[in-house]
Amino acid sequence: MTHEQKNILSVRDMEREEIDKLLSSAAAFDRGNYTGRELEGKILAVLFFEPSTRTRMSFSAAMMRLGGKILNLGSVEATSITKGETLSDTIRVISGYCDAIVLRHPKEGAARLAGEVASVPVINGGDGAGQHPSQTLLDLFTIRESMPIENIDVGLQGDLRYGRTVHSLAFALSKYNNIRLHTIAPDGLNFPKFIKEDLQDVGVELIVHDHIEDALPELDVLYVTRLQRERFPDPVAFANYASTYRITPELLELAKPGMIVLHPLPRVDEIDPAVDDLPCAKYFEQAHNGVPIRMAMLNEVIN
Amino acid sequence: MVKTISDGIVISPIKNGTVIDHITPGEGLTVLRILGIRDGTNVTVIVASNVPSSRGGRKDMVKIENRELLKDEVDKIALVAPDATISIIRNFKVSVKKTVEVPKQITGVIKCPNPNCITNTKEPVQSKFVVHPRGFRCQYCDSLISSEMDIGDYI
Ligand SMILES: Nc1ncnc2c1ncn2[C@@H]1O[C@H](COP(=O)(O)OP(=O)(O)OP(=O)(O)O)[C@@H](O)[C@H]1O
Ligand SMILES: [Mg+2]
Ligand SMILES: [Zn+2]
Repeated sequence: MTHEQKNILSVRDMEREEIDKLLSSAAAFDRGNYTGRELEGKILAVLFFEPSTRTRMSFSAAMMRLGGKILNLGSVEATSITKGETLSDTIRVISGYCDAIVLRHPKEGAARLAGEVASVPVINGGDGAGQHPSQTLLDLFTIRESMPIENIDVGLQGDLRYGRTVHSLAFALSKYNNIRLHTIAPDGLNFPKFIKEDLQDVGVELIVHDHIEDALPELDVLYVTRLQRERFPDPVAFANYASTYRITPELLELAKPGMIVLHPLPRVDEIDPAVDDLPCAKYFEQAHNGVPIRMAMLNEVIN
Repeated sequence: MVKTISDGIVISPIKNGTVIDHITPGEGLTVLRILGIRDGTNVTVIVASNVPSSRGGRKDMVKIENRELLKDEVDKIALVAPDATISIIRNFKVSVKKTVEVPKQITGVIKCPNPNCITNTKEPVQSKFVVHPRGFRCQYCDSLISSEMDIGDYI
């Protein structure tokens, strides 16, 4: 472990200034403000111990746009991991092959461990139900493209109990001034108590709504997430909730002009495809923003 | 046989060893677990549970023969018994007496309650917890062992 090594493991432990710097750098990349030689001669090891097409592809695309090269793990079955090698050993060995590592792993805290043993920078590409900083940064980036992240009302809808993207986004937003978080979640799937308390500690105002209709007129941002059947106590509870859980153009008439709709994707039924063509629908743009954000992250840790 | 009267109860004195007094009532056995003393360990131990304390209320008390507790073991005890006093006994006399202090960071003592935490795998890594206003937080997965939970269950 070298001490000057720069990792990006969790937005929670980043300073607001570091986040803003990444967002600004992503904005420059997004405007095409780069030569494509920034990371020339550099190699990024892409270590995904779990399937994730989008995150993996967008990190790879980001590296290639900046002129760098990719080293892929290949399928987990074919590697020494199945021979029982520890992640720590894998990371130590692969550190010698590359200039940075992006890691996706099913265990929470895996990226932090990797950061401790690696001799090159580590970026957390998602660890279990834990942190997924590039997702959070691209969420912030997408909001910032539409409005300053200050004095806004952000609605978080869906599974707020297990959904790591919303936890991480909530903490990231808490670093900004005057943010009010509105939660719209099914029974039993609101923020866990410890998350609520942590958010209150850092001065976030939390407003709980039972119905999306009540929240919508107040929101500047609506962040919709996918519901997972297995999180519900029984199939009937799921069916009942899911049938009412759909953002439609009619519903959006309740919203303020200028409100934007985000979704980490993939979506199932929670957003009517008829919403896609409305100006408020920003979720595909959000997905595209994954590339400039990851360019900024790679450039930050490698350069 | 010599007896000492302590806090109103009669206990047999030890020649050399450690006395842990003023343990939070009910936590005496957890203290033993923290110290790695369990069935089959060849150490003479006396546990007194829920005895009246001279400071009021009740307490647990543990006496261990022929073992002097080290600094990091003392810190671990503070997790379940913050008011404990540790007396090192040499030749029947209290030779060193110290209080315990909850460390800001605890390495390798607490087992993370999250079964999916990287510290609960075969990775060569020790758990790391930091003190949080409402409990202890895992440095790896952010899980919180809140003050309402019994931390002794995770030791
Ligand atoms: N030789 C011994 N064998 C067993 N226990 C002992 C021996 N000497 C002292 N102790 C115990 O060690 C603890 C600390 O001894 P000390 O003389 O400081 O007690 P104390 O004056 O009651 O202090 P406190 O206010 O902390 O209770 C007491 O619980 C005492 O009973
Ligand atoms: Mg006493
Ligand atoms: Zn943990």
